[in-house]
Amino acid sequence: MSTNKDIAILGVGMHPWGKWGKNFVEYGVVAARAALKDAGVNWRDIQFVSGAATIRNGYPGQVAGATFAQALGWQGAQVNTSYAACASGSQALAAARSKILSGECEVALVIGADTTPKGFLKPQPGDRPDDPDWVRFRIGITNPTYFALYARRRIELYGDTLGDFAAVKIKNAKHGLSNVNARYRKAFTAAEVAASPMVADPLRLMDICATSDGAAAIIVSSREYAKRIGRAKAPRIAAISTVTPTFASALVEMPDIATDSAVAAPAQSFRAALPKKAYEEAGIGPKDVSVAEVYDLSTALELDWIEDLQLCARGEAAGLLREGATAVGGRIPVNPSGGLACFGEAVPAQALAQVCELTWQLRGEAGERQVANAKVGITANQGLFGHGSSVILKA
Amino acid sequence: MNAPVLEGWFTLDADKPHLLGTRCTACGTYYFPKLKTFCRNPDCASETFEDVPLSRSGKLWSFTNAAYQPPEPYAQVDKDAFQPFAIAAVELEKEKMIVLGQVVAGIGVESLKAGMAMELKLEPLADGKLTWKWKPVVSR
Ligand SMILES: [Zn+2]
Repeated sequence: MSTNKDIAILGVGMHPWGKWGKNFVEYGVVAARAALKDAGVNWRDIQFVSGAATIRNGYPGQVAGATFAQALGWQGAQVNTSYAACASGSQALAAARSKILSGECEVALVIGADTTPKGFLKPQPGDRPDDPDWVRFRIGITNPTYFALYARRRIELYGDTLGDFAAVKIKNAKHGLSNVNARYRKAFTAAEVAASPMVADPLRLMDICATSDGAAAIIVSSREYAKRIGRAKAPRIAAISTVTPTFASALVEMPDIATDSAVAAPAQSFRAALPKKAYEEAGIGPKDVSVAEVYDLSTALELDWIEDLQLCARGEAAGLLREGATAVGGRIPVNPSGGLACFGEAVPAQALAQVCELTWQLRGEAGERQVANAKVGITANQGLFGHGSSVILKA
Repeated sequence: MNAPVLEGWFTLDADKPHLLGTRCTACGTYYFPKLKTFCRNPDCASETFEDVPLSRSGKLWSFTNAAYQPPEPYAQVDKDAFQPFAIAAVELEKEKMIVLGQVVAGIGVESLKAGMAMELKLEPLADGKLTWKWKPVVSR
């Protein structure tokens, strides 16, 4: 059912994550050229450039498809730019898939890159009581508050421990050790995590991801095109879910100070809805998944995602972690790339970076972090304002 | 009485304050902060809302703290004078919603447990402006 809607991933490329202090365009070009080379496709042959955007310097339009296309040399390709916070990359990918499946183009470049501003993210100055982001800072609620509330809820409901959260960090740090694109390539011990300062109880500094510079690019095409250039066996994208939450949203999400009221409609989980749509679209179930890349903005959030992906029942993710199932070599490895713990977040590139990692995994090219016999991979990600994504890849 | 940090968000009843929200007159959905434009229930096209005080007590859903001083517009004190404060997410039974807020001064995360009964209180921020805070209901 899904096969005629699949598209091929011909090539992937990244610029290493870090704090390089350069313009985001430089990172993007490095990633794009790597992806083109990996695909064996000439830049002149790209018919559609789909950029993942973010807001920088107060306006959109700078971090955009056309900016990267110009740096690569404008050659008259169709262009598009998608903004969807942390899910920008997946929406850019979805735009390319639509063009390909509708026959408007055969081969496309999907690209995301960012240079993160220096210092902490905080709201613009001035009194703005109508702006929920201003309101929550005014009463003392910062970004880590939300992740800490979810983490504490796990402790209270399922008996997860701070040691479990530390074990996620240790596992992902180990995964990322050999990943040349990761920003942090350092092993951690439980004692080191426990010694890092508490930021928002129960989350310590080592439980929370940083922000980074980085870039990721993907060359996608119709399966016909892939066959024509001798890449019939390239991994495929089988689903891209970018659904909105469904009212009433059950979790209090950044930057809100209250949930929806579930008086008239049942409370629903947004995170759980994202992969559900992806599974339906791909015509597979959680049991078919061999590897997952999830948005570990905090260590504890990785455990929530594992349950949202239905890789285990609610409350059982820490059990999977403790038995080693989510480590490379285990039954269902999660974040073999090292995840956000090793990368830090480069917003418009991050959802694409997840797809890059799964492509290497499905091709068996992931080196020391290779998941044995990886056939199906799934990503999950969530950003601000009701944006999120889940992408399924098949070998 | 000190001025509120947000005008019209809660009553200034020193002993038994209430958060002030709205309620859709068609489907009964509550909103905090107040919503007066379009009901967000996809099966409800109502644009009519009534002002309502929200329940002033509920059950603790989860909690955390701010170990570091939040950035502005949070009212700032000298770095050395900053005291970490707890933050609660409280589930209101009637409204079927969860509302965040600081926990009153002097109550740390070690005194909190999910499911505890919490009630609304008012306390000043560092600039003297009053805000709502959650306080465990002490049973006798
Ligand atoms: Zn309504």
